[in-house]
Amino acid sequence: MSDRTDKTMSADEVVSRLESGMTLGIGGWGSRRKPMSLVRALLRSRVTDLTVVSCGGPDIGMLAAAGRIRTLVAAFATLDSIPLEPHYRAARERGALELMEIDEAMFLWGLRAAANRLPFMPVRAGLGSDVMRVNPGLRTVTSPYEDGETLVAMPALRLDAALVHVSRADGRGNGQYLGPDPYFDDLFCEAAEAAYVSCERIVDTAELTKETAPQTLLIKRHTVAGVVESPRGAHFTSCVPDYGRDEAFQKQYATTSWAEFAGRFLDGDEHAYQSAVRDWHEEAAHE
Amino acid sequence: MSDITGAPLPPPTRTPLLPPTRTPLLPPTRAEYCVIACAEAWRDAGEILASPMGLIPSIGARLARCTFSPDLLLTDGEALLVGPDGTVEGWLPYRQHLTLAAGGRRHVMMGASQIDRYGNQNISCIGDWARPARQLLGVRGAPVNTLNHATSYWIPKHSRRVFVEKVDMVCGVGNDRAGGAPFHHLARVVSGLGVFDFATPDRSMRLASLHPGVTVEEVREATAFPLAVPDEVPYTRDPTAAELRLIREVIDPADTRSREVAG
Repeated sequence: MSDRTDKTMSADEVVSRLESGMTLGIGGWGSRRKPMSLVRALLRSRVTDLTVVSCGGPDIGMLAAAGRIRTLVAAFATLDSIPLEPHYRAARERGALELMEIDEAMFLWGLRAAANRLPFMPVRAGLGSDVMRVNPGLRTVTSPYEDGETLVAMPALRLDAALVHVSRADGRGNGQYLGPDPYFDDLFCEAAEAAYVSCERIVDTAELTKETAPQTLLIKRHTVAGVVESPRGAHFTSCVPDYGRDEAFQKQYATTSWAEFAGRFLDGDEHAYQSAVRDWHEEAAHE
Repeated sequence: MSDITGAPLPPPTRTPLLPPTRTPLLPPTRAEYCVIACAEAWRDAGEILASPMGLIPSIGARLARCTFSPDLLLTDGEALLVGPDGTVEGWLPYRQHLTLAAGGRRHVMMGASQIDRYGNQNISCIGDWARPARQLLGVRGAPVNTLNHATSYWIPKHSRRVFVEKVDMVCGVGNDRAGGAPFHHLARVVSGLGVFDFATPDRSMRLASLHPGVTVEEVREATAFPLAVPDEVPYTRDPTAAELRLIREVIDPADTRSREVAG
């Protein structure tokens, strides 16, 4: 009998379960509720050659800058308050990664297809655009009903692993979001062979619905392989209502060379990162 | 924000709807003509979501909502549907936003890094897609938007670098590539110089109105493709006194609009 009651683990344990060459989904959206502490742990490892599926933000910028991405599957990469992700942009402009550039609706339906164990989902998006030119492998499907419409057959975006960050979770992997938007985080977990959830705080199961509605329970434990408690784990992206985006620090990230940023903030473990950020804010306050 | 297709929106305002003052009005600025031209995109649109990208389209959408199109839905740029004063009236997370788009009850006004005479739009990259000279946002939701509901564009800086003969990556689908897509509809393009539509036999771009102070020659000079120009080109309509007061005192008292379009 296996005991599935405690899936808590460290970020490094999560990364020890990832392998080079995997297809990895990363939750959140742009510079919002990204599982950044798991991404930082990934950057400390040697895992590389990844296919990354993401509504891209600084997760993509950092992994691309560090040369870990073979292929990116995305509709965009942005820092929201800074429209263009500078490190991703630099990686694309030096030809450092392959890109499967698809529309947001195609992305959503690709995840839904994977979550539903379907080979594809029909979607009215992509036709007429250069998404079809730059993805010559995409196929169309014709409605078998009298409308006869031709649609894109968006292939399932099956994931070997997914990383998401939520507000609260219990040790079994029930995950709760307290912000305004679930993004696609539950779909990432459902589309993955193994999903890993980091959270601001691990609480008792009963605590999850003590003061909040059950609709906030976004992630179901049967889709989750590991839970990591990681306070400020989405930093510098937002994790509303626990904290907003750290705009000053994001600006620092966006205007610093990757080597300099990684050298100062990413050389140590998560604890070292968080204290380096505090030091940086103190210095900035005195300038 | 970034909406499912574009640039950040300003944060929701919770400005109370103050009674307008009766100070004498200065004449409309170029930015205010642009606000009117954007707002007009949502006239008679009914109970649909107005999705403006950029400051001036956002002001225009709120103006339309406050005046001639009171049924419009607006978002706060995140996951909430809000009234013009910021009152929350609904929840629209990204996944539902995409369903709403596919359902057609939406009119988006997107930006464009490049646009051609048939309204093909590019926000993905400049140069060869395989290794771009300049990586931009990515296609975002432009493909799904243009195939499913009314789409307009807002281009504050009208230049030959934006109004190009051929776009480098087709994100938003133009009239020559829509191939009879059942719900494709390009409504208008608003720029800092004028308003454009596609009311021509081959549905290529036509000058529909000039903002006061702009000449046809200026527009032609700033456009890299041949533009259809009718014999008589009207001027973009004047804002009413009530609209001007709403723009200046209620919707955009900090005058963010003049940062997007000067003069």
